[in-house]
Amino acid sequence: MSLSKEDAARAYWKENLRLMITLLVIWFVVSFCAGILFVDALNHIQFFGFPLGFWFAQQGAIYGFLVLILIYVLKMNKLDRKYDLHEE
Amino acid sequence: METQTLIYLMVGATFSLYIAIAIWTRAGSTSEYYVASKGVHPIANGMATGADWMSAASFISMAGIISFTGYDGSVYLMGWTGGYVLLAMCLAPYLRKFGRYTVPEFVGTRYYSQTARVVAVICVIFISFTYVAGQMRGVGIVFSRYLEIDINMGVIIGMAIVFFYSVLGGMKGITYTQVAQYCVMIFAYMVPAIYISILITGNPIPQFGFGDTVTGTDTSVLDRLNGLGAELGFTSYTDGTKSTIDVFAITMALMVGTAGLPHVIVRFFTTPTVRDARKSAGYALLFIAILYTTAPAVAAFARINLLTNVPGVAYEEAPQWIKTWENAGLIAWQDKNGDGVIQYGAGAPFAGAPQFTNERGANGERLISNAPTEAETELYVDRDIMVLANPEIANLPGWVVALIAAGGLAAALSTAAGLLLVISTSISHDLLKSNFKKDISEKGELLAARIAAGVAVIVAGLFGIYPPAFVAQVVAFAFGLAAASFFPVIVMGIFSKRMNKEGAIAGMAVGLVFTFSYIVFFKFISPELDTAEHWWFGISPEGIGTLGMIFNFIASVAVASVTKAPPEEIQHLIEDIRVPRGAGGAIAH
Repeated sequence: MSLSKEDAARAYWKENLRLMITLLVIWFVVSFCAGILFVDALNHIQFFGFPLGFWFAQQGAIYGFLVLILIYVLKMNKLDRKYDLHEE
Repeated sequence: METQTLIYLMVGATFSLYIAIAIWTRAGSTSEYYVASKGVHPIANGMATGADWMSAASFISMAGIISFTGYDGSVYLMGWTGGYVLLAMCLAPYLRKFGRYTVPEFVGTRYYSQTARVVAVICVIFISFTYVAGQMRGVGIVFSRYLEIDINMGVIIGMAIVFFYSVLGGMKGITYTQVAQYCVMIFAYMVPAIYISILITGNPIPQFGFGDTVTGTDTSVLDRLNGLGAELGFTSYTDGTKSTIDVFAITMALMVGTAGLPHVIVRFFTTPTVRDARKSAGYALLFIAILYTTAPAVAAFARINLLTNVPGVAYEEAPQWIKTWENAGLIAWQDKNGDGVIQYGAGAPFAGAPQFTNERGANGERLISNAPTEAETELYVDRDIMVLANPEIANLPGWVVALIAAGGLAAALSTAAGLLLVISTSISHDLLKSNFKKDISEKGELLAARIAAGVAVIVAGLFGIYPPAFVAQVVAFAFGLAAASFFPVIVMGIFSKRMNKEGAIAGMAVGLVFTFSYIVFFKFISPELDTAEHWWFGISPEGIGTLGMIFNFIASVAVASVTKAPPEEIQHLIEDIRVPRGAGGAIAH
């Protein structure tokens, strides 16, 4: 990679922010939107024996959080290597 | 073997295990004492964080709260897990790269201000003591319920155990003890949950049984609950009663508060690398999620049990566990209409907690002296029953009861130890070393940390023996204050290079004063006004940390924009913590 150290750090930070914001939007959608703001509308849909909104509030949001952290960890490990900023 | 003997054996065995681990992992340096020499494997750290995080309240009370409030209980489920997403992405990796020992140390260094550091220390101590008081009480209660020991004696035994391994082992000892405590606790929670799930739905996985049909019918668990509840005049289980804005604000305050709690943040200082700090957050949430996705299922099953087996049944024919827990003081029945049958429905049967007299009524029930209310309901059920009585409701063997006792103690002790460590490090490292005695030797600092931990254990124990009447009310404080102070200050310290000392101090001051005043006003000064029509925007004191956080952000950005940018070395520090590898360690003091 021919980037200077500062440029690499700057590009790394930009990509990191983009990933973080995307994941935080999903974080907001699975908990605050699906479990709280639109819970009544979603409750009209049945999902494996649950009203969907209620399922998000008591189960789905938590599974969503887990998946989000997993994606973040994997993507960041890749990003560290791409810009040669990973720890030895 | 008798259940009582099994309980003594189980509790004795787990306690010996904790002590053995403490001796084996005792700390020899400040680095070991404060951050376990940054050598904790992410899986171990994830378990330790889980045990640290899940308190007596999560283990004993949470399923009960959900059971009685249905959808409204979701605020705890989402609120106490969602914060880990914020931790993993916004805080943990950067604080690990910063590479020091405490949260006030980060605040003080990043904002080049001793004042900011002292304000942070005061917040840490206040938040942690608020929390620890409840844990010591929890230890005492578990002892008194299961081991037939006086509550105060239980607190003293708990204090002795915590004293031993936190003073001796520091972060290193606590971490490995917590790994053991996590295992005890999750096993104790899952065994009865699986049994009761099979009992009600035939499905061995509680998370799936929750959505399954009730055995012998084709109605789902939740439809059944809504149906049973409607007959007795309860609000629908899946709907709840809180306003949308309040549910939103409470969930947000709990999430952000979780991410701002010092005893949780400090766990991410203990991993070997930045990469491991991220992974740790994922493992921590995984281990927490096992309990948190099971709790709402247990809540629903226990409620079906209660609503099916109790209302309309003559007291004399009521299930045995009703009488057992009535004797323990967690259930009370007042035969208002004198028909000998248990009426159960919406509302409170009488004002306040039951005041038992020493007499028995016509049906053999314990009499109480409380004045009855207008409501027809006659039964008082303490919410903790939903977890504590599960083994008996499901007719499980004695060793499962013993397991619940050991699990409850593990939950309370692990959280107490984590909090006490944070208090002692703030005192020895952030107050003593950085303010009063800068030339203190490492040995001296380590000794100071141990003395501080010892004193903190005793103070916490006193809180447990003489609980301040407001313990329950002040839990809102811990989360509200963490949300309104630490979270914004740390996040802006990482993500904004422009944020300066003046902005951070102004933001913390505004957030703290606002949140503190709002809670004090509604909880202590005018509790009679503590209803939705008097709250700002309909937000209860439990959720006000959300507004405090917003005010903190606004105030700090406004003040920072009219004062001068932070000095150059701070800008370099920020650039350095943003990348996993780089210009070396953080700047020296």
